[in-house]
Amino acid sequence: MTEDRSGREIIKMNGIEKVYKTGEVSFKALSSVDLIIQKGEYVAIIGPSGAGKSTLMNIIGCLDKPTKGEYILDGMDTNCSDNLLAEIRNKKIGFIFQNYNLLPKSNILENVELPLLYLGYTQKRARKRAEHAIEKVGLKSHIKHRPCELSGGQMQRVAIARALVTGPQIILADEPTGALDSKAGEEVLEMLSDLNNEGNTIIMITHDSKIASRAKRMITIMDGMIKSDLSNGVKS
Amino acid sequence: MKISQLIKIALSSVWNNKMRSFLTMLGIIIGISSVTILVGMGEGTQKQISDQIENLGTNLITVSITGNRTTTITDEDLNELKAKPGIKEIAPEISTGNVNIKSKSKSSTTTLEASTPEYAEIRKLAVQSGRFIKRMDVDNRFNVLVIGPETAQNIFGNTNVVGNTMYVNGIEFTVVGVLKSEGTSTTGSSDDRIIIPLSTGERLMKTAKAQTFYVEAESKDKVDEAMSYLELFLNKKFKIRNSGSDSTVTNSYYRVMSQTSILDTANSTTKSMTSMLAGIAAISLIVGGIGIMNIMLVSVAERTREIGIRKAIGAKKRNILMQFLIESAGISGFGGIMGVLLGYIGAYFGEHVFGTAIIIPSNIVIEAFVFSMVVGIIFGIYPANKASNLNPIDALRFE
Repeated sequence: MTEDRSGREIIKMNGIEKVYKTGEVSFKALSSVDLIIQKGEYVAIIGPSGAGKSTLMNIIGCLDKPTKGEYILDGMDTNCSDNLLAEIRNKKIGFIFQNYNLLPKSNILENVELPLLYLGYTQKRARKRAEHAIEKVGLKSHIKHRPCELSGGQMQRVAIARALVTGPQIILADEPTGALDSKAGEEVLEMLSDLNNEGNTIIMITHDSKIASRAKRMITIMDGMIKSDLSNGVKS
Repeated sequence: MKISQLIKIALSSVWNNKMRSFLTMLGIIIGISSVTILVGMGEGTQKQISDQIENLGTNLITVSITGNRTTTITDEDLNELKAKPGIKEIAPEISTGNVNIKSKSKSSTTTLEASTPEYAEIRKLAVQSGRFIKRMDVDNRFNVLVIGPETAQNIFGNTNVVGNTMYVNGIEFTVVGVLKSEGTSTTGSSDDRIIIPLSTGERLMKTAKAQTFYVEAESKDKVDEAMSYLELFLNKKFKIRNSGSDSTVTNSYYRVMSQTSILDTANSTTKSMTSMLAGIAAISLIVGGIGIMNIMLVSVAERTREIGIRKAIGAKKRNILMQFLIESAGISGFGGIMGVLLGYIGAYFGEHVFGTAIIIPSNIVIEAFVFSMVVGIIFGIYPANKASNLNPIDALRFE
């Protein structure tokens, strides 16, 4: 494992291509995507459905491997074993999903401490850190509740706590406000902005340009290619 | 991830689906409990049989003269044999399984044995009142008998019968002793019998000479020595050249059997019967294992999303594999424990309600638990492997 932090490039993609094959028909979801994201950026990836943004997110999140191209995450080549990819997801990436993806039969505390347990923490240490993360998203009083007993906004805050708990390099949010009403959505977006101000790198996928405008950099994807890349409204 | 945490996760999922887990366990519970009970029954029967045989004395050697031969063993022969090293006592025996007996008021049938005074010591018989057959009874062909307590109860109504008269096949006898109770056994009651002097028996049953001889060796270690002297003697007597080297000598003239060889035969018979029964019961364990596999596959399909979430937040393949393996091993292991408990309950009822001797060996508890765990692991491998190989994106997208 070589750590290369020169230029503080967290994500470095070179000619990424993804082809899906179903029988005889193959479909190119991404074609020659080059992308560099620096530490501490707040990036929104925007595009209509079917444009390839979910595919890009899956590759950034190491849930999927590109068919072609090179992807260096925090100085590490991601063309590696499934085991190592699981470790990368565990340590370097915090996921926030549209539908929260919390374990319904575990309580809030158990949900948040789970990534730490997979990391090899003892129960006691994991509990302490998880409690701290839950406190940060303001749900300390709900620690023993199950996800189904919370509102959508609260559930998304639990998901944020879970994403934060391992201290990841990137927080990857896939339509984080998609299932929320505007007030709860606003809370979540504010929380993401706060996290970015604290120095966290945030990548948000959305189809809504109004929500994307909260980010400092906006990448538009169309037909599997990056169409535009604007930093604070200025083309970079 | 620490193994203790995996166990916690796996077991909480077993607990969250109590009813389903219990139904899945049922196959294992039934399998393990039937194996436990059957092994216990085999063990109990074996113990009973060996107790009986051992009660007869481990020093005991039985000699049977086979076929109707003119050559037989005379009193002089007996005296000669008795002097051989290793041999302590010899008692000839004539027996028949079915004689009519009658008192003034009642009649019945019983087993008759005719022998000499040594018979009491060799066969470990004792009287509770009166006396056993004496030398003078044999010498004078007296019509006296020693009665078993059950027989006495049957035809006199009590066991205080010394001095009473009764009829055996129509001939009048005087009761001189009552045997101590030995209890019943699988081969029938040994308390239901009468014993008369050898000479009286010869006349009563119109047999020329005894064809069965009970020999007592000086000690357990001397059994083999005594047997070889007996064989040597009998070979000379029947003019047989070669002698067998086996502990159980069989030829067309006579048969010499030690108690240990009878015990070995009986033990091996019950053992093979027990393992056969246990084997049949073990088939139900395989069926139970398939049940576990079935439910685990359903569970994996149902929890595809959970698996996806776990993988997304960093669970490795082996974490998922272990989680599901522990789950299936937990279900079957717990089923094994419940099966053993049910086996114990069944054994209790078997013993107290049906009077079957059941001894559950203590090591079977561990064995049953380990075996059921192994069943769970073997049948859990396929579903667990399936779960661990799920693609995280597909699993997350699963609704």
